[in-house]
Amino acid sequence: MSVYRSPGFDFSNSTRNNFLLNKGVPLPKATSTGTTIVGCVFKDGIVLGADTRATEGPIVADKNCEKIHFITEGIRCCGAGTAADTEFTTALISSNMELHALQSGRKPRVVTAMTMLKQTLFRYQGHIGAALVLGGVDPTGPQLFTIHPHGSTDKLPYVTMGSGSLAAMAVFESKWSANMERQEALDLVILAISAGIFNDLGSGSNVDACIITADGTEMLRNVDMPNQRVQKERDYKFRRGTTAWTKEDVRKFVVEETVTSTDEMDTS
Amino acid sequence: MSIAAQTDSCPRQPIVTGTSVLALKYKDGVMMAADNLASYGSLARFKDIQRLHPVGKYTVIGAGGDMSDFQYIQKFLEQLIIEEFTSQDGHDLGPAQIHEYLSQVMYSRRSKINPLWNSLLVGGFKDGKSFLSYVDLLGTTYSATTLATGFGAYLAQPILRKEVEGRENELTEEEAIRIMESCMKVLYYRDARSLDKYQLAVITADGVKISESRHLSTTWSFAEGIRGYGAQTQ
Amino acid sequence: MADMVSIPHSQPQQHQFNPYTENGGTILAIAGADFSVIAGDTRQSEGYSIQTRYAPKVFRLTDKAVLAVNGFAADGNMFVKKVRQRLEWYRHAHAKDMPIRAIARLIQTMLYSRRFFPYYVYNILGGIEEDGTGAVYSFDPVGSYEREACRAAGAAQSLVQPFLDNQIYFKNQTPAPGTSFPGHLSLSTVLSLVIDSFTSATERHIEVGDGLEMYIVLAKNSPSIQSLRDIRGMSELTATEDGERVFVVRRDLKKD
Repeated sequence: MSVYRSPGFDFSNSTRNNFLLNKGVPLPKATSTGTTIVGCVFKDGIVLGADTRATEGPIVADKNCEKIHFITEGIRCCGAGTAADTEFTTALISSNMELHALQSGRKPRVVTAMTMLKQTLFRYQGHIGAALVLGGVDPTGPQLFTIHPHGSTDKLPYVTMGSGSLAAMAVFESKWSANMERQEALDLVILAISAGIFNDLGSGSNVDACIITADGTEMLRNVDMPNQRVQKERDYKFRRGTTAWTKEDVRKFVVEETVTSTDEMDTS
Repeated sequence: MSIAAQTDSCPRQPIVTGTSVLALKYKDGVMMAADNLASYGSLARFKDIQRLHPVGKYTVIGAGGDMSDFQYIQKFLEQLIIEEFTSQDGHDLGPAQIHEYLSQVMYSRRSKINPLWNSLLVGGFKDGKSFLSYVDLLGTTYSATTLATGFGAYLAQPILRKEVEGRENELTEEEAIRIMESCMKVLYYRDARSLDKYQLAVITADGVKISESRHLSTTWSFAEGIRGYGAQTQ
Repeated sequence: MADMVSIPHSQPQQHQFNPYTENGGTILAIAGADFSVIAGDTRQSEGYSIQTRYAPKVFRLTDKAVLAVNGFAADGNMFVKKVRQRLEWYRHAHAKDMPIRAIARLIQTMLYSRRFFPYYVYNILGGIEEDGTGAVYSFDPVGSYEREACRAAGAAQSLVQPFLDNQIYFKNQTPAPGTSFPGHLSLSTVLSLVIDSFTSATERHIEVGDGLEMYIVLAKNSPSIQSLRDIRGMSELTATEDGERVFVVRRDLKKD
């Protein structure tokens, strides 16, 4: 066997996994955030938006999950794709951004986070299924990026990602304008996410938004809730004793103990 | 493989293709839109193709997908209309009948594993009633107050639903044109197989009208402000 | 065939035309003592797209039989069309509607006749038997069928059927000492269970939603008519009050 190892990561496990897949041994199914996520530049900063549905195939796994992740105080990141990948990747970069800020003694920049994310994702050649919308305000001004699972990035005034990206992009393409006011931009983001929620089956439930300006960050969890659960027709409370049992075994978990005193130890 | 086998049973692939068709119901009838492009793979091959086609006095069909299959459909529908006319039985085919006929043809061709590779919208107005329905290469049918085929299903349908649903009885022709124009613009911005030249069809109590080609005015000025795709600033 | 397996795919395979697709949605039927409820949502989808928010999956065949179809919509519509044609021929030949158990057997033979190019459709037939009892027949795509008290099929079958097993058949429930579970549920209870099944399936299945359509078939002079009086959004489809009666109830479901 050769002692030579090629530089970079070893992807032989994925060859094995593909082989197993072809033999009918599927990989465990990961929770994905089907998702509509968006970002939009306005006059004084960035508005990020996300729906709150997480899916496992056609099943809704979480009806109100959070897809806008914390990077630093002035930088946030929306995640689409494999839920675990978006959570761990953003958490890792958030941690490294904090260390970097401490090390350099400067305010963290969005390009730094973007570069860290794209380099991380590129090293994993798309095996980390994270599709991200990264936005924030730093000393260089408002910044907005998308990062694809393979590590490519885009820098645009309005961006969308996830299965509802086309529905949301249609809203931006027909309604976005430069130098919008804060409220105008927020309304547009809510409209774009709603387009995803109602037209894309992978997206649903509520709208989350996050407004980032030089003055601070405002996280608007569930700004719009257009899909409230309806009242059930019947009450499904079961009578006590409904579940049958075959054996009854009652045990006492409190241990009885008696304390007896003996002669005191000579400590003189 | 022999030529006979290829044409008889083997499914072909679409060659020269059209992209989205959009349609909506409004106050006076139905409006339909499609651009004038027929692509050859990623090549913009023909830029003056008409994808909206009148059938009889009350109906327009709009086609996405294979253009040669669409021309074949035009041919046999023309034959159908002539046969119906020559019988002079006091009946003529309305949009519902044409859609039903088309659905049966599309479904039977898919059942022979030799589909007509199209997504079609059938819109019309007859006896005071609007009609709008979809049929595709699988024979799948459905109707709604707004419909869109191809990329339009993802990009235009969300806008159409938002603008039209619940307002189909109050929308004027001017508003409908404005909505269609904004949707065609979105498609031109984001669908790489689309064109900024399109036609509108209106089907009302006055009959069928298909417009001359219209041009979309688009703006790309935002691009001036973009520098690179990442850390670049100059 | 060993040598065929070993041929490497040297060039990209020309993608084969797939004559089927899956259009989502769920259907459900429950039989009572003298009634039957057949329901379905009205969303038609493909992949992650909603094709339409209103496409019926439940169809009235006669005054005492209602058919729900789910799976590939084009096959479903074509199948309903062909069943209706056969029922019309029967009516012309015998001057009466075909009884539901005969319709069930007809559907079996029609499905099996396409054994090697199946209608990709799950059928549930509900209605009133000749003896006046509520009936539900469920079929697989190639014609295997049985008469049951309740059945869910389609996208959210795996969510709804266990709920029905628990609430209709009282599975995993022991009655209070000295009592027993009822053999048949009342119409109002059944309607509530159907509505709750669909609102729940809408919450947790992405392909279920938009609208709910419930058909109610009542036996001749059924006293269950009483519980229909205060049902919101109900209309009658039958013209006379002296035979079996068919009603339809439409409700909104969430659209996300």
